[in-house]
Amino acid sequence: MIELADVSKRYDRAGAAWAVQHATFTVAAGELVALLGESGSGKTTVMKMINRLIDPDEGTVKVAGRDVRTEDPVALRRTIGYVIQQAGLLPHISVGDNIAMVPRLLGWARGDIDRRVDELLALVGLAPAVYRARFPDQLSGGQRQRVGVARALAARSKVLLLDEPFGALDPITRVALQAELRRIHRELALTTIIVTHDMVEALTLADRVVVMCAGEVRQIATPRALLAAPADDYVARLVDVVRAQSAELHALAAAERADAR
Amino acid sequence: MRADRGGLGGLGELVAGVPPLLASHLALVLVALAIAVALGLPLAVALARRPHLAGPVLTVAGAIQTVPGLALLALMVPIIAATHGLGLGLSSFGFAPAAIALTLYALLPILRNAITGLAGVDAATIEAARGMGMAPGQVLRLVELPLAAPVIAAGIRTASVWTVGAATLATPIGQPCLGNYIFAGLQTRNWTMLLVGVVAAAALALALDAILAATEHAVSRRPRGNVAIPGAVFAILAVVILGVLPRWSAPAAGPAAATHAAADAAGHPLVTQVRIGAKTFTEQYILAELLRARLEQRGVAVEVVESLGSSVVFEALRHGDLDAYVDYSGTLWTTQLARDRGAPSWQILAEVEGYLGREHVRSLGPLGFQNAYALAVRRETSIRLGLRGLGDLTSHGGTLALGADYEFLSRREWTAVRTAYGLGFRRTVSFDPALLYEAVARGEVDVISAFSSDGRIAAYDLVVLDDPAAALPSYDAMILLGPRVAEDARVVCALAPLRGALPVALVRRANYQVDHDHVAPRAAAAWLLAQAAITETCDAPAPARP
Repeated sequence: MIELADVSKRYDRAGAAWAVQHATFTVAAGELVALLGESGSGKTTVMKMINRLIDPDEGTVKVAGRDVRTEDPVALRRTIGYVIQQAGLLPHISVGDNIAMVPRLLGWARGDIDRRVDELLALVGLAPAVYRARFPDQLSGGQRQRVGVARALAARSKVLLLDEPFGALDPITRVALQAELRRIHRELALTTIIVTHDMVEALTLADRVVVMCAGEVRQIATPRALLAAPADDYVARLVDVVRAQSAELHALAAAERADAR
Repeated sequence: MRADRGGLGGLGELVAGVPPLLASHLALVLVALAIAVALGLPLAVALARRPHLAGPVLTVAGAIQTVPGLALLALMVPIIAATHGLGLGLSSFGFAPAAIALTLYALLPILRNAITGLAGVDAATIEAARGMGMAPGQVLRLVELPLAAPVIAAGIRTASVWTVGAATLATPIGQPCLGNYIFAGLQTRNWTMLLVGVVAAAALALALDAILAATEHAVSRRPRGNVAIPGAVFAILAVVILGVLPRWSAPAAGPAAATHAAADAAGHPLVTQVRIGAKTFTEQYILAELLRARLEQRGVAVEVVESLGSSVVFEALRHGDLDAYVDYSGTLWTTQLARDRGAPSWQILAEVEGYLGREHVRSLGPLGFQNAYALAVRRETSIRLGLRGLGDLTSHGGTLALGADYEFLSRREWTAVRTAYGLGFRRTVSFDPALLYEAVARGEVDVISAFSSDGRIAAYDLVVLDDPAAALPSYDAMILLGPRVAEDARVVCALAPLRGALPVALVRRANYQVDHDHVAPRAAAAWLLAQAAITETCDAPAPARP
């Protein structure tokens, strides 16, 4: 569904620093892939090259078998759902108008748009009658993120790109939204890429994880394969951190159980 | 629009004269604002995308802003006159130069706020808009402009208040506005008139600001922010203004059209309304009213455009934007012929009339009095220091202070008199001409540049110093006719008999009536006409025979 072949990008033409170098991976239809890395690792650049917010210097990106460079970028973006941190909602228009924006740009009939807005609000767990007319600043962070997902899916996109969507949320809301995302992803058979720096989020949410560091793809594997066989030192250190945290939590829980007896 | 100053006495009459001035003031402001917005917003959008250009452009706009309003407006007259060869058809007098200058003036706050507002839109919001599939134009229209709207609107409000204030300075370039009351009130020392003008301008500024604020509020409360609504409001406003504009600016914009209304027996087209100019001092207001009275007696419709800048008025006459006014031979001698020393009165008149003939301006000959530049002192000073002529100032100048009107110190007359007598003063101060005589009478200065026909010379008991070297040129008052009426028998019959009919003593008394007794210029003109010995040269009041 999404194929990156030997994709490279550098922002500073004169300098030698590559933001992304020789990135190659595919995402199958209906798959949920996490792009994992620290800030500056190139993961967001990779995502933006899929919907042509950034064009690569080398290599090809294909969506649904077609080279994105042959597509009109505006038309392409309307077929790909895109959610960013803080949702990127337009602050001056209502929730309903935010969700309706892309269908309106595509010239849908008014009645279809209204039905679609309510359908999507219901899908992301917000009562349409209550939230349709609200403005973004009247929502909590989690609600805003739900609206962001609803807006990204409004034009029946089959591809969903999420850039650190849950980064700014409190842990309880984050876990709830992660579960929601998984449900929606399955229900609509979406092809989804989520950019994250959170190892636990990547491991618990994704079908496969693409680990990036300093512009390079270090490993592409399922969460279990990643834990079992880190490809290099960097990935191994990431795995060690998660294992160590997990062990501490287990120890803590065991001690608490012992005290309870 | 008639600049009717007939009844200066009553506040009621002054207030009754405000609406037409207010209307043309408002039209001027709204046109300038509309053009500034129409130019400024697209320019700001372009510059917001090119930050390296925004700085230089804002610097230029800021530099324009630092040019004093009066100078900027006056500068437009020669600049537009220079474009006459391009066939733009813009009048260099009145509405067009005023509107262009005010547009430039309004541009800075609109540009600066729009650029700031657009730059302040959150980059993440713009990226989200692009990411969801908005084309660049849609991002601008649906996201950037609505989000920047409050800052942009604040810039438009600032510009509107500035423009209302600066528009009062359009009077000297021939655009009627609330400045007419301010200039005439200051010159004739009619403080009530001045205050009415100032209060009306302030009220207009506040009202416009309040209307814009209310519009902004109403727009920003709409659930769906969309620039189409304010855009449409402004477009409608602009169409309305431009639709009614010709009514106000017709005399300036279309003199030729008015000309074809009628023709006299000899086949010359008759001008339906004669436009008379007046510079910014009392005598000019009186003489303009005097010309008006003579023309109206013969059934000729008249419009007086008053408080014009000295250089503006001659240019306007030459280009047919004005039809008649009184100028002084010495003024044309120094400004138009660029002579830097005096000459016998007859020689100046002869050379000036020769020049006027070449410029297709008709002179009806001298009126009989001079309004020359002269230096005057208090009688007490004259006696104490033994000052009788300008030569006596050579030795005493170092202890005296000179007060002069704005122009005098930069005029050739001053250079000539200073060189001829080797003058130097302890200090020199510029005053508004209306305040000069009082300043010397009170002892704030010792010597002033005075006008020989001014009634206040006698009223304040001042002594005019002799000019034995004839360094100062003579200033014979003379009626000038522009090309539209130069051959118009009605006009010539009405005005030619004034030649030689106005002795300086009468003119001084008329000037004094206005300056000191606050008689309306129109009444002083009537008094002057009644006193003058006028011999009619054609049959009155019918137009000339073939």
